[in-house]
This record gives sequence, C-alpha cells and structure tokens, in this order.
Amino acid sequence: MQTHRSTPWLFLTPNLVIFGVFTFLPIVINFYYAFTGGVQLYPRDRPFVGFENLASLLDCGNYLEPETCKRDLFWRAVWNTAKYAVFQVSLMVLFSLVTALVLNRKIIGRGFWRGVYFYPVLLSPVVVALIWKWILQRDGLLNGVIASLGEASATPMLWLAEPGSAFFWVVFVSIWAHMGFYTLILLAGLQAIPADLYEAAQLDRASPWRSLTRITLPLLMPNLLVVLVLAAIRAVQTFDEVFVLTGGGPGSATTFVVQFIYQTGFQEQVRLYGLAAAGSLLLALALIVLTLIQLRATKAGDAGERAK
Amino acid sequence: MIRKPGSPVWIAALAALSCAGAAAQELRVQCYSDGNECEVTGDIAKRFEAANAGAKVVIDKVPYKAVVETLPVQLAAGEGPDIARVTDLGGLNKYYLDLTPHLSAASVKAWNTNFASTLPWFRASPADKGIYGLMSQLTVTGAYVNKTLFEQANVPMPGPKATWDQWMAAADKVAKATKTPYAMAMDRSGHRFAPLAVAYGAKIFDANGMPVVDAGYQTAVKKFIDWHKAGLMPKEVWGGVGGSQYRDAFEEFANGRVVVYYSGSWQVKRMDTQVTKNFHWTVAPAPCGPAACTAMPGGAAFVALKRTKQPALAAKFLDFLAQDANYKELMARTDNIPASLSVAKAGVPYKVSALAGTALDSFVADVPKIAKANYDLQGYRFNRAVFLPTAQRVGQAVAGEMTADAALTRLASDIEEQVKAASK
Repeated sequence: MQTHRSTPWLFLTPNLVIFGVFTFLPIVINFYYAFTGGVQLYPRDRPFVGFENLASLLDCGNYLEPETCKRDLFWRAVWNTAKYAVFQVSLMVLFSLVTALVLNRKIIGRGFWRGVYFYPVLLSPVVVALIWKWILQRDGLLNGVIASLGEASATPMLWLAEPGSAFFWVVFVSIWAHMGFYTLILLAGLQAIPADLYEAAQLDRASPWRSLTRITLPLLMPNLLVVLVLAAIRAVQTFDEVFVLTGGGPGSATTFVVQFIYQTGFQEQVRLYGLAAAGSLLLALALIVLTLIQLRATKAGDAGERAK
Repeated sequence: MIRKPGSPVWIAALAALSCAGAAAQELRVQCYSDGNECEVTGDIAKRFEAANAGAKVVIDKVPYKAVVETLPVQLAAGEGPDIARVTDLGGLNKYYLDLTPHLSAASVKAWNTNFASTLPWFRASPADKGIYGLMSQLTVTGAYVNKTLFEQANVPMPGPKATWDQWMAAADKVAKATKTPYAMAMDRSGHRFAPLAVAYGAKIFDANGMPVVDAGYQTAVKKFIDWHKAGLMPKEVWGGVGGSQYRDAFEEFANGRVVVYYSGSWQVKRMDTQVTKNFHWTVAPAPCGPAACTAMPGGAAFVALKRTKQPALAAKFLDFLAQDANYKELMARTDNIPASLSVAKAGVPYKVSALAGTALDSFVADVPKIAKANYDLQGYRFNRAVFLPTAQRVGQAVAGEMTADAALTRLASDIEEQVKAASK
C-alpha cells in the first residue's frame, strides 16, 4: 500500500506544534531574555544589554570561593549542584547495580521485590518530599523512633536544619525515589547477558567475583553508561523534590542551580528575568555537554553490540 | 430531528445565550485566606448580588503563594482577576484601577475620611490621590507570650516599656526553668524583623528616600544572629529554609517549644482556636529598643485591577464592602483590626474568648506607638526588596554560612540592586 507523501507530516504536526509552542519557542525567548535587562515581562519592553547578565554571573574573584563572586548565590548553587551530582549519581548507580544484581537472582518473591523497588518511581516528587519531610521533621517519625528506642531524653535531631545532614538526606531521598527506574534499566541489561557465558565460567571454576568483573560488568557497560548519563542529567536539573523538602536551606546548603533560576525570576519582588534566563543558558550548556556524552556512550554501546 | 448549526433555531438559541451573558455581570475575586476572610467576603458578596440584579461575584480561593508569586506575573501579562486580595500593596500599583471616577462624591469623601491612613499605601507617589483598595485586614506585629510558662517558672513578665533584651533575658530564664527548648522565635520575614531594627535605631530610608542598611539595622541584625548563636532562638526557623522564603513559627509556640513568639495580629484567630485550650497566652506591648517601642503595620487589601471589563461593578462591590455595616461584619467575623476610622471608633463586636479579646486590645493599643519609619516602609512601593533580601541574608548568617558582616554587606548590595532595577 502506498502512502501519500504528506501523511507522515499529518501525524507529526500535532506533536510538532506542541513541541514548537511549549519547548522550542520558550528556548528562543529564553535566549533573547538572557541578553536583555529591566523587570518588564514583554520582550518588546526589555532593553538589550548584550552580555551584561552573563558577565554578572561569571564575575568572580575565585570560582571555588562563592563569597568572592558578584553572584555568590549562583556559585553556591553551582557547587552544590556539582557536589550533589557527584554523590547522588555515583551512589545511585552503585545501589541500582547491587539491587539489579540481587533482583536478577532466583530469590523468593522476586516479582514482589521488583515492584517494591520500583514503587517510589511512581510517586510525584512533591509527594516524595512531603513524606520524607514528615519523617525528618523535629516531631517526625525518625525522631519518634529514636526516642522510643530509649533516647527519650535526648534533644530531637534537626535533620533538615544542619547543612551536612540536610545535604545527606537530600541525596538519600533522591536515591530512594529514583533508584527503581535505573534498577529496571540495569535489570534489562542483566537479563540480556546469555546464560551460557556463566555456565562456561562455572565449568572453568571461575569465582563469582571473577564472573562479575569479567562477564557481567563488561557486558553491562553500555547500560551502565546510559544510566550514569541519564542520572547525571537528572541530578543537574533537580528542583521540585529538594525545594519542597528543604526549600534550598539551611542557608543555601541545598540550593541548586534550577532553584536559583526560579528564585531570581519568580520569587523576588523585583524579578530579574534576564539574569534568570542567563543562568538557564549556562545550565543548558552543562546539559548539552552531558547529552553529547550520552550520545557518544550510546553510539559506543551500539558499536560494541554490532561487534559481538 | 437534528437541526444543523446555522438553522434559525440555533441562531435564536445563540442569541438568547449571548443576551444572557450580557445581562449577567460577573466579577472574579482572587482571594487568599489567613483564616476565614474569603468565606466571610463570600457571604457579604451574596448580599451584594441580591442588591444588584444581574451581578455575580465569584470568589476564587487561592494559596498565599499564588498571590505573591503568580499574580504579579499574570498581571504583567495582562491577565488576572477583576479584584484580588493582595499584600504587596504599593508594589502592584501600576495594575490598580482608580475607583474614584466610579464612586459618588459622598463615597469618595467617606473613603478619604475612613481610610485616610492606609490609602497612601496603595499609591504610586504622594502626588497620587487615587483610591485603589480596601484594607480587608489591618495588621500589627507583636509578641505572643506563653503566660503559663512564666507562671510555672515564677518569673515576672517584663513591663510595658521592656526592651527586646529584657524580654529575651526573661524568656531565657523561663525557658531554663521550664526546660523549654528556646526563649523566643520570630517568623522568617523581613517584615517581622523591621520593628526590631527600628527599635535599635534603623532609619530604613536615607535622606534621598532610598532604603539603607544603616547602623541601627546593622545592630539589630548582629543582635539577632547572636541570639541564634546563643541558642536562644530556634535555628530551624530562619536558618532552616533557603532563599527568601517565608516561614512562620506558630507551631513552635503552639507546641510549647518557645516562650515568646514574635508574629502579628493575624494569628489571633489561630491562637484562639488552637492554643487557648492548651495554655494561657497573652500579647505583650511592643518591645522597645534605645530608639523606639514600635510594631510594624501591614495587612491585606482588596484591589480592583485595571484589566477588569467591569470597572463600575468592581468599584461598586468594593464600595459595598467598605460600608460600615459590612466592614464591621468582615472585621468581627475574621477577628481583624479595622482600618476604617468610623468602624474603629464605633467598636467591633468580636465574638472571641477573653484571651483573644485582650490580645486584640493589646494590638490596637500598639497602633499609636508605631514609628514613622515602619509606616514609611510599609507604604514603600518596593518594600519587599528590603524584606526578602533580609530573610535571605540573615537566614544564611543564622545557618552559619556567612558572618554577620558579610551578610550585611550582601544585604546592602542586594537591596540597592533590586531597587535600582525596579526603578528603571
């Protein structure tokens, strides 16, 4: 059956319109806003200021010391995001891998456990944050449990009011909420590894550790790379969960780049849309780099598959 | 039989619908509530509808965050309701509808007489004489005291001229004697911080009328940070959240975790319904400093917006709300302090407990003590450009992220930058 040349376009048009209006147009507008100043909302009312906003964000005595920067809050957010990405992504991949390895074995109630680990992924980030806020607040479940274990006289811990512990819980909650998704990807990768490779290894009396390092991990590498890059992209974009859980505090200990952009553009009385847009532009650059890495990793994975 | 669009019956039906649309004039009122303000306004609106055939008032209840963060963007984009209940009274001035041309001469006179002290808060400049909004709630900040704890500790309550330091020292004694975790808490808000600053000599504005972080403001910031460092105030309120976000400390007080709680008159209803059953509370007179014994005025107001397609009806509705009988009902049923002089003079028949009644009296007694700097700050168009950076920077210092001096330097530059950007 021959289809008319315009038929594919007919089916693509609704999606293109939606993407055009809600994704590409805002990108173009954001790009324009990044080079304008003032507090006016409409582009036509905003004066062109060239690279002023970007220069303001990048004006720093020492990038490693945010207090020496003109926009100290931006750089605090940048370093918080970087620290978060490193810890959250590496721990997330590690826990996802271990969980996937366990769930790939013939354990009792395997289907149930797979469901348990995947369940938090189905929850909205706001719900996740509210649940954990309830657990971690001064009169929350965690302090209640600690008190019931015989520490009733102890001062309740302020889990979200100390910078170190707040950061720890932000990472922990995020891993709890998203680990199931990455576990699923790794589980699919594990199930694609031919069983006869393990049988051959067993015949050669290879230890389980040797099987893991010489068979499982090398063959799982394409999936691991995808998981790593996807988790990194998501970590850099983190906002909703943390915003509800800690509000970016204490101080700015859990303020990430997206929250800085939101605060600058929408929370202050004087809304510096241009500065917020410039921040978005820098964030987009970081995401483009991560996406390119993902594309290369995927291509390398495909090439590896073809070579098998 | 199915009639096709375009047939005479369809045309007649459409014409009838459009006539009905023209006859019914609908006003959409965006309302946030501290207690029951939207419900009471809705009740009064029903009487307005009954008195004005064809008028329909729809109250859209929204969270406070929507009024503070979403409404300004809606208005800038030419969208939004006909009337809104706002707290950024001067900052949104350019979107307000001047009610004057839609009011009778007698009404204009009544508004200018009854609301003389609050009408300037809505105006763009002293030269502006427009009538833009109705204060639905005049608020005064103040300190709630857990009297039961004072009695248990056998510590006398400081007198009417007591300073912030004396209150802190007394509350600390009570906290230690009763094993209460903290002496005092204050809502995380630059608005709540302002009376402390003015009490310690802050002028708030320089000779050119620009906001300034002067020596008085600096003293207050340092004192406030030191109180947190000394463990007298709960770190989690100001230091526990990020950015310039608002956080109240009501729960700390209601759960007996602080002896004194600095908030405002809008909490009276909540205190009465949630705290009265647990302990005896009272409101202290405005704490003093070397420069003043002052509170901070504030409140929320209904404003008509320029974009409305029913300006006359919007003005008529606000005028209806402003009439003494209706305004008195609004105040009485919401336990708020009236901004209308005639209603204040006549008295409001509050139906509250004895504790809440005494508290309201105490807040009303603080009104004449309010320093000019606090009135000026409340009426300043860009007051949130002072309030929000204060919460942000002082919060960072309380969290231990920066020193008091560094916080003050950043605070001054943040305020200057925001005011400069807004004035462009």
